Amino acid sequence: MLSFLVSRLLQAAAVMTAVSFLCFVLFNFVGDPINNMVGQEATPQERAELRHALGLDDPVPVQFLRFLGNAAVGNFGKSYRMARPVEQLIVERLPATLELVFCGALLALLLGLPLGVLTALRRDTWDTRAVMTFSLAGVAMPTFVSGILLIYIFSVECTGWVAWLGLPTSLCLPSFGRGDTVQIGWWSSGLLTGGGLKAIILPSVTLALFQMTLVLRLVRSEMLEVLRTDYIKFARARGLTNRTVHFRHALKNTLLPVITVIGLQVGGLIAFSIITETVFQWPGMGQLFIQSVQFADIPVMAAYLVMVSFFFVTINLIVDLTYAVIDPRLRVDRARAAGNAA
Amino acid sequence: MRLSRLLIATAVALSLASPLSAKTLRWASVGDALTLDPHAQNEGPTSAMAQHIYDPLIQRDPSLKKIPNLALSWKPIAPTVWEFKLRPGVTFSDGSPFTADDVVFSINRVLSPTSDFKTYLASVKEAKAIDPLTVHMVTDGPNPILPDQLTNIFIMSKAWCEKHNVAKPQSYKDKEETFAVRNAMGTGPFMVKQRDPDIKTVLVKNPAYWGKDEFKDYPDELVYTPIKEPATRVAALISGQLDFVLDVQLQDVARVKQTPGLKTLETAQIRSIFLGLDVGSPELKYSDVKGKNPFADKRVREAMYKAIDINAIKTKVMRNFSAPAGLITPKGVSGWTKELDARQPYDVAGAKKLMAEAGYGNGFRVTLDCPNDRYNNDEAICQAVVGMLAQIGIQIDLQARSKTLHFPKLQKKDSSFYLLGWGVPTLDSHYVFSFMYQTNDGKKNGAWNFTGYSDPKLDGLIGKMAQETDIEKRDGEIAEAWKIARDSSIYLPLHHQVIVWSMSDKVDTPIFATDSPNFRYAKMK
Repeated sequence: MLSFLVSRLLQAAAVMTAVSFLCFVLFNFVGDPINNMVGQEATPQERAELRHALGLDDPVPVQFLRFLGNAAVGNFGKSYRMARPVEQLIVERLPATLELVFCGALLALLLGLPLGVLTALRRDTWDTRAVMTFSLAGVAMPTFVSGILLIYIFSVECTGWVAWLGLPTSLCLPSFGRGDTVQIGWWSSGLLTGGGLKAIILPSVTLALFQMTLVLRLVRSEMLEVLRTDYIKFARARGLTNRTVHFRHALKNTLLPVITVIGLQVGGLIAFSIITETVFQWPGMGQLFIQSVQFADIPVMAAYLVMVSFFFVTINLIVDLTYAVIDPRLRVDRARAAGNAA
Repeated sequence: MRLSRLLIATAVALSLASPLSAKTLRWASVGDALTLDPHAQNEGPTSAMAQHIYDPLIQRDPSLKKIPNLALSWKPIAPTVWEFKLRPGVTFSDGSPFTADDVVFSINRVLSPTSDFKTYLASVKEAKAIDPLTVHMVTDGPNPILPDQLTNIFIMSKAWCEKHNVAKPQSYKDKEETFAVRNAMGTGPFMVKQRDPDIKTVLVKNPAYWGKDEFKDYPDELVYTPIKEPATRVAALISGQLDFVLDVQLQDVARVKQTPGLKTLETAQIRSIFLGLDVGSPELKYSDVKGKNPFADKRVREAMYKAIDINAIKTKVMRNFSAPAGLITPKGVSGWTKELDARQPYDVAGAKKLMAEAGYGNGFRVTLDCPNDRYNNDEAICQAVVGMLAQIGIQIDLQARSKTLHFPKLQKKDSSFYLLGWGVPTLDSHYVFSFMYQTNDGKKNGAWNFTGYSDPKLDGLIGKMAQETDIEKRDGEIAEAWKIARDSSIYLPLHHQVIVWSMSDKVDTPIFATDSPNFRYAKMK
């Protein structure tokens, strides 16, 4: 187990170095931050001096090695755009993104799993067809469209239809921002205030929509597959209740691929919350990244990409480890392999 | 039900009756100020935020006229010395008095190497405090527009800066964030209550503000949120979560106008959009014409000018939010006249004739470089131009890029044909001439003249107007220079940008052609 962990960690380090090198090559195509850092009156000489001071006139490999050296001691430099240390910016933005991803993933699971099971068990009924049609829309609709649509319905046009239904207009949701937040140490939380909870509804629904439909369709197809297997038939022959057959035997066996996909999707949620964050002006890391790209703020972009690759690698590792826990066959195989080696 | 209604009614009545209800103005725009340090970033949104906390010596009123702020009066007392009499009785928001020492300190801060405003005061050799309310500024030669340049320079407190170790503006070389990046203390109408960059900034009324009597009833609190996504900005305004949006997309203005409870203000901005041509190179870098430069021929340039249907661009691309231009500088800048700004007529037949006369009857190919995230509908303007110039046989390869790629390309003089916009913060023609028309010497002069154009006579006039203190004589020089510049047709003027501010009916504010809101002039109903 230990050697497995160590080899995985080494792989992770290699992946992250490769990612950051690729980033540096790509930064060449993002453009020159100097123009954004000085006013239009700055003379060519002043521009050249600033470029030199920041080391932007060095060749890419030199810039990359300097970045690695600094990153190794935890120094990601200072943002060109905001003149603040990058670590500080990311730490400030991290809670917003993680809370959004947490709520999004939770929603996707809480809705996707039961709906997937339900649609597998009640095949060919009208409600299954309705859910499946809706899920098609969820998969096909781009995030920015569903986000804007939700804003339009629950924020812009809200007062009209809410009043028509005879409900208070305080039910309308904010179209941007995080609402009120509470500071707990370095973590700023929006989940503890009414305004904060209200503000997270639309963005997390937007973020969850695609994931939910993905989970739903995955669970459904896996479940249908498992329900056709022999051991389910035997279980029925033994006279077990539907409940035991469906949830103890069938569902448990559908979960393995579902967990793999969900694990990867959480990494994806963190990385791709960018669009949701932009639409809802959610002050998370995704938005920080987008603004940095537009400014060619290289220190922030580099740190962000390294961090996202770190998340991906870690989550993959955790998923691999969970396999062993959920699927006894994997444990047995490894134990047997170890036995043979000895 | 009835009881709850009664309760609500009572609550509403109480809240309306309360004379202490704070007037909060919630506003948004696409991007936040980069820093609160008023000398570190010469950028529109940054200065717009700073002017609510800091005061300049001289400020611009809504009609852009210079009016006294921290300086009550100013006059030249010798060819190279300007005298400023300061406003007595002014205190900073921490209660400390404002004196001439703060002015001298701020001028020196602006002149320090890490400042981004030093070019505005490049002529200043020295600032001297004569007495607590008098400052002399010594320039390296006569400088008639020093007062105009000073409208962009904010005054900080010497004691505060020294206490917090920010006597110099922030530098990218320091590892740490300086105190002035997120903190500010000035003589202005507001004080910083909360500053979360990119997230939320709350400014509250400065009780010690000197202008309380002059600027009555301005809002008690300003809450600023940057909102990047244009659709979200409009949605937040329409749903009542904002009172003011600086930059609603032009295609959404109609939607705002037809929403009850909202209104818009519009004015021509101090920024003109135009096309630049490489007239200086012996051969164009990005063209199929070899051995000669078609843009060096004035007939070709004039043909291109005539072939652009600016009214089509105005109505189709800009949704009528543009003012067609005959000059690369808008109204509001000294030296602008209606005659100069009149466009030559749109005339495709005439253009074709000129092309044939110049020997390019069959046209040629050239690349147009265009930004896609800098000016209103910039890429769409270029696309329209591509179609229009195709009518006279000029085939254009359009290269639209982000501003982070477009401007560096221009500065390397790596473009044959490009779109550019130019704003004039000093509102003086000299600013336009010295950046756009003077011979590019690679150092200070003509820094944004990427055309290769050089006219010694015009250069001479530009040098003269920089130092001429006789206003009438200077106006004559400016008029003469504009005639030469306009006739050179090295730039094809397109239009002056129009800005539209959108707000709730509750907000009453004048619009500024600088696109920089100044909420000391605002009132909340």
